[in-house]
Amino acid sequence: MENQMKRGLLDVCVLAAIKNEDSYGYQIVKDMSPYVEISESTLYPILRRLESSMMLTVRTAEHNGRLRKYYHITDAGRERLNAFREEWKELMQIYEFVTKEET
Amino acid sequence: MTKSEFLQNLCTSLHGLSEEDIKKSVDYYEEMIDDRMEDGKSEEEAVSGLGTVEEIKDVILEDIPISKIVKEKMKPKRRLKAWEIILLILGSPVWIPVTVALIIVALVIYLCFWIVILCLYISDFAIFFSGFGGVIGAFAQENGFNTGLFLAGCGVTLIGIAILLFFGFTKISQGMLFVSKKIGLGIKRLFVGGKQK
Repeated sequence: MENQMKRGLLDVCVLAAIKNEDSYGYQIVKDMSPYVEISESTLYPILRRLESSMMLTVRTAEHNGRLRKYYHITDAGRERLNAFREEWKELMQIYEFVTKEET
Repeated sequence: MTKSEFLQNLCTSLHGLSEEDIKKSVDYYEEMIDDRMEDGKSEEEAVSGLGTVEEIKDVILEDIPISKIVKEKMKPKRRLKAWEIILLILGSPVWIPVTVALIIVALVIYLCFWIVILCLYISDFAIFFSGFGGVIGAFAQENGFNTGLFLAGCGVTLIGIAILLFFGFTKISQGMLFVSKKIGLGIKRLFVGGKQK
């Protein structure tokens, strides 16, 4: 997939991965990997980007005697997800248009 | 590689970034390795699955602006002594213009990339329109059928060339953007990283 497009989509996927409950890095990768290819290293800049654009907040909690960071979606993050749904409708129309000519 | 070796290498390779950035990155990868091991992977597997330290460094550098990296490099690591401050002030007629010049050169190089791309498209546009003009001219001129046919032929050829060039130019632009990104990464790499064991 084209880089720029995938980048934007991954942002939304990460937000979707934490929309129901707070999650941590490794869990996010595991939840996403059946749907989209992502590694821990790719996730890292996305999390930082989402944090600096205030789409999510980070809290540190103890787990098995060590620290783990949990990511929590903000209202701005939810808005981004909703906006994606609208964008998706537009994309689907484009998809229909693109594939129509092949048949 | 063991977890502690890996984290140590990562820490060294990021040397030059702000302490906060280094700590955040190292903490993140430490958490990842711990979680991978908790999931049943061996230490070796957990570390190697993350990729090499160099790859990780590139990913981290890509997201940190050059200006921040340079600023961090310029920041004195300790308090300046009085004589150093005096020297700085006395030397300011030299180092301020030099720094400003360096910044301007960097900006100009960056601008050049975009100007070249812009020029490519403007020239392509010009060729397209001259072709267009040729076709119109073929009908507007009064020198007879043969001249008209010649003009129209040239015009259509030019339009064809312009369309072909457009694809070529798009590839060139993409290539140039790719190169400028690589150059940016290269510059960042100059500033960041220490010797690894």
